[in-house]
Amino acid sequence: MKVLVTVKRVIDYNVKVRVKSDNSDVDLNNVKMAMNPFCEIAVEEAVRLKEAGVASEVVVVSLGPQAAQEQLRTALALGADRGILVQSDENLESLTVAKLLAKVIGEEQPGLVIMGKQAIDTDNNQTGQMLAALTGMPQGTFASEVKVSGDKVQVTREVDGGLQTVELTMPAIVTTDLRLNEPRYASLPNIMKAKRKPLETKTPEDLGVAVKAHTQLLKVEPPAQRQAGIKVASVEELVDKLKNEAKVI
Amino acid sequence: MAILIIAEHDNQSLKGATLNAVTAATQIGGDVHILVAGAGCQAVADAASAVAGVSKVLLADNAAYEHQLAENVSLLVAELGTDYSHVIAPATTAGKNLMPRVAALLDVAQLSDVIRVDSEDTFARPIYAGNAIATVKSLDAIKVITIRGTGFDAAAAEGGSAVIEAVTAVHDAGISTFIGEEMAKSDRPELTAASVIVSGGRGMGNGENFALLESLADKLGAAVGASRAAVDAGFVPNDMQVGQTGKIVAPDLYIAVGISGAIQHLAGMKDSKVIVAINKDEEAPIFSVADYGLVADLFDAVPELDGKL
Ligand SMILES: Cc1cc2nc3c(=O)[nH]c(=O)nc-3n(C[C@H](O)[C@H](O)[C@H](O)COP(=O)(O)OP(=O)(O)OC[C@H]3O[C@@H](n4cnc5c(N)ncnc54)[C@H](O)[C@@H]3O)c2cc1C
Repeated sequence: MKVLVTVKRVIDYNVKVRVKSDNSDVDLNNVKMAMNPFCEIAVEEAVRLKEAGVASEVVVVSLGPQAAQEQLRTALALGADRGILVQSDENLESLTVAKLLAKVIGEEQPGLVIMGKQAIDTDNNQTGQMLAALTGMPQGTFASEVKVSGDKVQVTREVDGGLQTVELTMPAIVTTDLRLNEPRYASLPNIMKAKRKPLETKTPEDLGVAVKAHTQLLKVEPPAQRQAGIKVASVEELVDKLKNEAKVI
Repeated sequence: MAILIIAEHDNQSLKGATLNAVTAATQIGGDVHILVAGAGCQAVADAASAVAGVSKVLLADNAAYEHQLAENVSLLVAELGTDYSHVIAPATTAGKNLMPRVAALLDVAQLSDVIRVDSEDTFARPIYAGNAIATVKSLDAIKVITIRGTGFDAAAAEGGSAVIEAVTAVHDAGISTFIGEEMAKSDRPELTAASVIVSGGRGMGNGENFALLESLADKLGAAVGASRAAVDAGFVPNDMQVGQTGKIVAPDLYIAVGISGAIQHLAGMKDSKVIVAINKDEEAPIFSVADYGLVADLFDAVPELDGKL
């Protein structure tokens, strides 16, 4: 079975983003970029399926600028076999990304697609579900456990009240939550080996998908700032403040 | 113009998150309808028809919708959705699972986690873990939206008298099956509905020590939350995680105990009215958002606080 996994190039999760002074967007100039953490978890899960003999090949796909090759190389160093970059400098909305991925899936015919549940830049949490709709596949979102048996995959999902398990007929789409696994680090020899693994570049035109805007970004502002608080010296003072100043207890 | 809201429910009761979505819909303006898709869920439809501001309830009561599998319900909502200008759900795990699938079937975008309505096509939503707020205009004919509960007050649960209309369309995609669930049982309030929350982080050391916070929570009528580190370490279950990728809360009082205050955690709680931080590291970033910070060992401070309440 072939497993397809997707990775997005995003701001590093340790970086606190700033809004541009003209409020047109956030400022990503000279900001450290990395693989979206949920995508790292997706790559790890795919590689583990290969190590367990369940997957025969792991194909990793990214959509975005030329520089997203770096994240593809990282995925290849982590154990993916082959990379595909759908290159575009335009703003690719979730629906467009899903349409492009649907075309890639049409060509690749994977048995399982593993994606991050959300990207930490837009925080949308959409693409996997949209791709599932467009391909008619079932979806196991926010996965904390994935078990493949025969042509079915059982997915345990992190939901608001606890955990839910569903069984999906493959081909299926899984989106990862934090507890699915702990991603490994790439070793130096594997980083070297990854440089020789195949990486193919395509464009939206190659895939026959028009990049269309469904939304328009009017402005981006910093969130309301909290007023600076105080340090209290003792539990007694804390209780007094909560009772008499904040009046919340 | 009419707006369709997807009810959050468990076939027995209508969940509070639906009421926040009703308020958002009222701000957009137009007739507000609620869809209750489930099995044996008449009681939910009855509750939905009593919500103030709702003019119609659509009841799709069929075994195919029992567990609200997105594969089935999305087909139903996409079919009904073409009659509406907006289709809205709360940004719960159920809403997040369903709505992008609906949007793609309708060939429109989805706006996630909306916190403010500016007009019928323009909305504000947080991006980058809440470190920026984007104002976005939808260019689609049908606007598919999830609503962040903390952005809108709850509509009144009583006072309305909407008609209930049965929807007979049955969609069973036949590609997914519900196997089981393990739901957390607690007598404490739900995290997203609680007015006081006591949260613990890695500093708690282990799961047993959460009893300190539970005792405090019971005195305050509070819910208990956690950081990702506390969940990952297995101290507490996943449904307690507050943050960018967990639950978003904004109670009157949030007490963070042994939590450093990473941006991903702050994203989930920094809109709380009053924030208290108890941490032994005076440099911990949590103090930058705390109204009242106490630099102390939690194992001394929490029992003392408990004793003084
Ligand atoms: C993609 C992604 C998504 C994430 N999503 C979330 C999310 O939704 N929610 C979330 O919370 N995190 C999230 N995180 C994780 C986040 O980055 C932090 O790692 C996490 O919040 C840290 O948890 P913590 O504060 O409990 O632990 P730590 O950062 O380890 O802090 C523990 C704190 O406890 C204090 N402490 C220790 N012992 C004591 C004591 N005896 N008395 C008093 N204080 C003590 C320490 O001083 C320290 O400040 C996410 C990370 C990523 C990459």
